[in-house]
Amino acid sequence: MIHIGLGHFLFVSSILFSLGIFGVVTRKNAVMVLMGIELMLNASNINFIAFAKYGNFGLQGQVMALFVIVLAAAEAAIALAIVLNIYKTFSTVNVDEIDTLKD
Amino acid sequence: MTEFNLIQIAIAILFLPLVGFAFVLFLGKKIKSAYLVEVGILILTFLLTAVLLFNKLYWFADKNIVSEFSWISYKNIAVFGNISIDLGFLLDNLSVIMIFTVALISMLVHIFSIAYMAGDKLYNRYFAYLGLFTFSMSGIVLTHNILMMYVFWELVGISSYLLIGFWYEKKSAPDAGKKAFLVNRIGDIGMFSGIMMLFNTYHTFTFEKIFAQMASGTLPFNSEFWLTVTGLLLFCGAIGKSAQFPLHVWLPDAMEGPTPVSALIHAATMVAAGVFLVCRIFPMLTGDALFIIAVIGALSALIPATIALTQNDIKKVLAYSTVSQLGYMVMALGVGAYKFAFFHLITHAFFKACLFLGSGSVIHAMHHEQDITKMGGLKKKLPLTYATFLIASLALSGIPLTSGFLSKDGILQGTFAFGSLTGYWLFPAVGFVVAMLTAFYMFRLIILTFHGEPKNKEKYDHAHESPFVMAMPLVVLSALSIFIWYTPNPINADAGLFLGKWIKTPSLSVPQNARYSFMKTDLVPEGKAENNRDISNEVKKEGTAEGKEVIYSEAYTEAMHHAHYPAMFLSLFVALTGIVFAFVFYYWKKISADKLARDIKPFYKLSFNKWYFDEIYNATFVTFTMLSSRVLAWFDNTIVDGIVNGAATVTRMISFFTGRFDNIVVDGLVNLMAYLSGFIGLVLRRFQTGRVQTYIVLVVFSLVIILYLFKTF
Repeated sequence: MIHIGLGHFLFVSSILFSLGIFGVVTRKNAVMVLMGIELMLNASNINFIAFAKYGNFGLQGQVMALFVIVLAAAEAAIALAIVLNIYKTFSTVNVDEIDTLKD
Repeated sequence: MTEFNLIQIAIAILFLPLVGFAFVLFLGKKIKSAYLVEVGILILTFLLTAVLLFNKLYWFADKNIVSEFSWISYKNIAVFGNISIDLGFLLDNLSVIMIFTVALISMLVHIFSIAYMAGDKLYNRYFAYLGLFTFSMSGIVLTHNILMMYVFWELVGISSYLLIGFWYEKKSAPDAGKKAFLVNRIGDIGMFSGIMMLFNTYHTFTFEKIFAQMASGTLPFNSEFWLTVTGLLLFCGAIGKSAQFPLHVWLPDAMEGPTPVSALIHAATMVAAGVFLVCRIFPMLTGDALFIIAVIGALSALIPATIALTQNDIKKVLAYSTVSQLGYMVMALGVGAYKFAFFHLITHAFFKACLFLGSGSVIHAMHHEQDITKMGGLKKKLPLTYATFLIASLALSGIPLTSGFLSKDGILQGTFAFGSLTGYWLFPAVGFVVAMLTAFYMFRLIILTFHGEPKNKEKYDHAHESPFVMAMPLVVLSALSIFIWYTPNPINADAGLFLGKWIKTPSLSVPQNARYSFMKTDLVPEGKAENNRDISNEVKKEGTAEGKEVIYSEAYTEAMHHAHYPAMFLSLFVALTGIVFAFVFYYWKKISADKLARDIKPFYKLSFNKWYFDEIYNATFVTFTMLSSRVLAWFDNTIVDGIVNGAATVTRMISFFTGRFDNIVVDGLVNLMAYLSGFIGLVLRRFQTGRVQTYIVLVVFSLVIILYLFKTF
């Protein structure tokens, strides 16, 4: 029987975070990029909860996780609005084709 | 009238003509009658000098009034120690009589010029120059230090230059101006060196302080020889300005200027400034210096007198006569007849100004004809001019009842006394010969101009007596040529206040053993100074400076007294001889002057060609100067220019190499930097894709690196 400790939590969260970054970096669709961001936020949530359970911080970790969830919801709303605007402007949501930042 | 009032008047006298000069010069083009202001100012100046003369001579006859202020004052300077340069006025009898003469003649010349210069296109400027001259001349006369005197000395030089070259359209006039200026420069160099030697020794420019220090034993380089040299260097200024023997050549040429200018500057006042200078520095002239001065004076009296015999230009005759008379004065100073030198300076100023203005009147009447061989018979046409001219000529020839007789006789008496005291009988001999020559050429001039048949009928018919403004100065000046103004006794000048009270020989500052032998003791008979050496030594031991002075003047006065009657009769005799000869040659024509001239052709030509002075100077000094100028020009062109050109070539080569260095190395570095920046930019541009994902990759990558670098485990 494997005892599940802090290391396991961190391992899972780091995998999740890496997958999120991978998604953000490699996906062409803007919506998929946003989903990558969600993954990364959730990875951090796992970290908060894990540290709250194993560390001696009281309820702070849980509360912070709840904050992050609320924040993620707000972020998703704003980000989707931005994507819509991008689509209106460029007629595409392919982030590879949107390179006007370099101008 | 206090001393302070007199100084105030003197300041006004000095600066009024300057005001007139500035006014007429700047407004002369706008205001046609600006010259009247100048004439008015001169009349005012003259009235002030009359007030000054009267008050000084009446109230302060025995007092020298000095007013000075410190111009530059330094303490403890290296080499010199304390230096104090004062500027100021010295009003003694000498200067007030001189300033009166200057102002009077200047005023008369101004008035004369109103008519004489009428119609000239630079009419106003002419009066401006006259004002400048009067200002400068007043400065020379009134100043109490030799530095200011030198400044004004140069100022009269420039005004003389401007006025000689006044009719600048004629080529000869500016040439004569330049000649006068350059020849004067030669003398002034000497004077300047003398001033510097005085300053180097005494650290002051003030005459009185210099003489006081000299009397207490301070000498230049502690030697009497250098005192002699200093005196002679200062005398060089007088040689130039008073047209003395080696430098007399400029004065006859200066006759190119308008005739009133010749009367004012080149006969009466400026040329007398040299004699005035010698009068001023008389106390510091050693016996040796005085002897050389006397020799120069004698040569200057004799040579121009012989030249004047044969000249045909009315103004040239008078010019040479002026040089000759100035030589007389200088000779008189040289032999110690100080009083008579100054007396002759004043009397000569009046009658020579009268003669020049008279000649101006003649020239005016003859429509600018100056050749006396083309005149004749003008007596009837110009009676007033003739009368005044005759009086002035009698004065110049030394005929009794005139002022010239008194002063000239005094000078001859002085040379006579000098001859009897030292054995140099050449000086009186020269004096009497010149007196005869003077009488001869003056009456030759009068006979040819005013008597006989008119040579040029047309011009004669048009001749007319001059207007009042020209006649009035002639009358005044000829009146001043009469004895009565100077002494009540027509044969004894000492009887009058002029020589009896006002003008006194100044006490000498020169050390005893550097003076003339007869100036030390009263017992030196003709040239036997050896016997009296003991006595003079005794006097030296016992006497104060005052006591010695009395002895000097007694010895000389005694000799003068003895010389009085012989000199007078002899001078009268030679003058009359000269006049008779003139009548024999030119009036009665008993002896043909032309025939005599042919008989003694070499002498005639020598005199007619002015002893070839101009030619000699041209052949020697001028040629030498030109030659040395050419050598220097060659030196400039080849050597100096060569050096400059060489330097230019070297600079060009260096520039070429530095240019190359700049182009290759410096520009190369700069270009390299630019290329590198461009290259780096090119590389870095790759990262700026504008795609968000690239940035995120970079951020994450950088974060990883940072985390790795700052890891704590």
